[in-house]
Amino acid sequence: MSKDIRIKKGLNINLIGAAEQTTSKAVLSNVYALNLDDFHGITPKMFVKQGAEVKAGEPLFFNKNREDMLFVSPVSGELVEIVRGARRKILTLKILADKTQEYVNHKIVDVEKSDAESIRSFLLQSGGWPFIKQRPYDIIANPEATPKAIFISGYTTAPLAADANYVLNGKEAELQAAITALGKLTPGKVHVSVGSESNSPLEKLDGITLHKVSGPHPAGLVGTQINKIDPINKGEVAWTITPQDLVILGELFLTGKFNAERTIALGGSIVKAPKYYTTKIGAEISTFLYASGVNEDKFRLINGDVLTGSKTHPEGYLGFYNNTVTAIPEGDDYEFFGWNKPIFNKISSTRALTFSWMQPNKKYDLDTNTNGEHRAFVVTGRYEDVFPLDIYPLQLLKACMVKDLDEMEQLGLYEVAPEDFSLTEFICISKQPHQQIIREGLDLLHQEIG
Amino acid sequence: MKEKLHQIKEKYKGKKMAPAFNAIHTFLYSPNETTHSGSHVRSADDLKRTMNTVIMALVPCLLFGIFNAGYQHYSAINGFPAEFSLFEHFLTWENFWLGAITVLPIVIVSYGVGLAIEFIFAVIKGHEVEEGYLVTGMLVPLIVPVDTPLWMLAVAVAFGVVIGKEVFGGTGMNILNPALTIRAFLFFAYPTWMSGDKVWVHGAKDGITQAGSADAISGETVLGYLAQGNTEFTYSLSDMFYGFIPGSVGETSTLLILLGGLFLIFSKIASWRIMLSAVIGSLAMGLIFNGIVAAEWIPEYSKFYGLMNFEYWQHLLVGGLAFGIVFMATDPVTGSQTNRGKWIYGFLIGFMSVMIRVFNPGYPEGVFLAILLMNVFAPTIDHYVVRGNIKRRMKRLKTATIHPKVTDGVEALKTETV
Repeated sequence: MSKDIRIKKGLNINLIGAAEQTTSKAVLSNVYALNLDDFHGITPKMFVKQGAEVKAGEPLFFNKNREDMLFVSPVSGELVEIVRGARRKILTLKILADKTQEYVNHKIVDVEKSDAESIRSFLLQSGGWPFIKQRPYDIIANPEATPKAIFISGYTTAPLAADANYVLNGKEAELQAAITALGKLTPGKVHVSVGSESNSPLEKLDGITLHKVSGPHPAGLVGTQINKIDPINKGEVAWTITPQDLVILGELFLTGKFNAERTIALGGSIVKAPKYYTTKIGAEISTFLYASGVNEDKFRLINGDVLTGSKTHPEGYLGFYNNTVTAIPEGDDYEFFGWNKPIFNKISSTRALTFSWMQPNKKYDLDTNTNGEHRAFVVTGRYEDVFPLDIYPLQLLKACMVKDLDEMEQLGLYEVAPEDFSLTEFICISKQPHQQIIREGLDLLHQEIG
Repeated sequence: MKEKLHQIKEKYKGKKMAPAFNAIHTFLYSPNETTHSGSHVRSADDLKRTMNTVIMALVPCLLFGIFNAGYQHYSAINGFPAEFSLFEHFLTWENFWLGAITVLPIVIVSYGVGLAIEFIFAVIKGHEVEEGYLVTGMLVPLIVPVDTPLWMLAVAVAFGVVIGKEVFGGTGMNILNPALTIRAFLFFAYPTWMSGDKVWVHGAKDGITQAGSADAISGETVLGYLAQGNTEFTYSLSDMFYGFIPGSVGETSTLLILLGGLFLIFSKIASWRIMLSAVIGSLAMGLIFNGIVAAEWIPEYSKFYGLMNFEYWQHLLVGGLAFGIVFMATDPVTGSQTNRGKWIYGFLIGFMSVMIRVFNPGYPEGVFLAILLMNVFAPTIDHYVVRGNIKRRMKRLKTATIHPKVTDGVEALKTETV
């Protein structure tokens, strides 16, 4: 059964450098790394010591608050370095990869016949669990909670992000296995959404409720879809997972191996030949970045898309959840009378001598300049134009800033993740850090209410 | 130059005077700041651009006001031209010169005093100079009478910026529109000067006499004339629409205000919801008064008769109503912040403006009082609009499906009713 979701509010950010739909195999990386910042709210406890030999899929550390939630190595090799920061906090785990990869072989789980409990413990033990995220709080799902539904977005609207339809091609078996397994973990539905005119491999899966989504970004964000399909209430839990991570879970169920391989999109105006690469979680970004070539020496490299990704550098590593790497120009230059002259080469949500409204399909080369300084909230009514959720964005942000827990709850903080505020942050005239405000609000709420 | 300024900025980073320097620096060059958290790219608009757009919409009103100041002055002395010609009688060097020497000092005092206070507060509190005053400083000269003494204006600006804005935390935090706070201060602190019929035309206060007679010139506004019980007036409808009438500097030309308003709506800077609903509100109140007159509930000798009898839609052409609706009511900081709230807020501004205008015994104008009043009520309106959203969420909560934790050992689905 298919239900249509039409999103009207939003803004497509068309950038130069979309990845061409051809896939190359990236050079094998010498060192793979897990960046612990990817696992928000997890306090790691190491399983193995520095210098230990691990197989791909062998646990490296566990969640201090839940000892059975394991985080595994993406490759086999030697744990060469544990990078620590202030107060000995673990930042990064680096693994020097073996020439021939060895995998931990789990017992193959028959997803059709298994019950919820065995799937749950299999995912926790095999390292597949961290791919499942939950709302509220946008953190790795709490295995104790039963979700009311699971949401998967197969519709890509984020700028330069990897096209789900393309990267999922030919992965139907894995997807089906993962969907069947996850479906057992919830008494509710598994909501899968695809673009209204796409031909997605997700469409033909069994055991899902299919939604056809159309409209500008953020229509592809799972938070938007949850809000339109079945919004989260206080006390409820919903799980989300990206379709690419479903593939890894599916393979885990079908073969018993944790195969960290994924297809990623490399894009952005800096990249000479933007296209797709197959690589592994934690691979050095330089292994594929320089294969495509860069136009300039100075640029911003982003683990993820330009709206929600995190800053990295060519020696950095592909993030645990990322399937997009973007390189755009740094904008650390002054512009003479930049605040009052007509602007033709930047995207704007207004028409105040900015002309992006005249060419909605033009592709832009945006840099990282903030185009203005941080200010107090002044303008109103603008966020609502790009924020399709049934939530008052400005009021919720203000509630988070003043740490008013009651307001945060009532205004719908349980329903959102920082990424839902990426577009309001993009258009914010006061240049306020929306995603950070929401993240801090969520952490506070989690800490106080649990 | 770019390099030099950059070096100075780096050198004085963190010093006390840094905000003052940065204000000038960012005026010349948009800063080299890059994104650190969240979105890596940002849209082209910033607060300076937003404020600049409003100023651009105000410039025609200011220019018109300069010419009109001269035109009203000479017409009061020499009598209005019988055959009016735009280029012969209005857009003349004589008018411009007189207007410039009377209006530009007001602009300079408004910006000078206001920006000085903004800079001082920015340096003391160590934050950047925010752009709010760029618009306020432009609005103030346009909403005061042309013969406002400069010292009064300076005192009022100081009061308005400090008490109206800075004590609340500066731009974005104020409850009342600063420009209207300044206007209200002038009105209530110096009522004998600021009301009546002598302040609207340059020279009337000094007792300049009409040519060929011993009578001093009078510069009565249309509203002032009507408030005295008159029903017939000398200005034609087109005079009122184009703005060749006495009044505060920038508020007379309904045509230019309309164009400014359309520009602000098109550029998405100001809320069309507020403008439209305020127009509807003022028409509604005007119709009610017209209805009262038509039903003969009010005798002709009543002192409200003149204004009540005034054609309902013409209220928009005279006084500060149109200017207030387009440039004051739409202030995003002090207005309603929710879209639904904006409809209510705007409607009540229009409604109250005409009501206060008609019933105000001392001074036949109400728009600034109506907007200040609604500024105070805007958070209340928003509160109830947002409550609506919260109520919807609470209602949904009743059907929430909260599953027990796995560790509870209960597999049954529990529907919790809160």
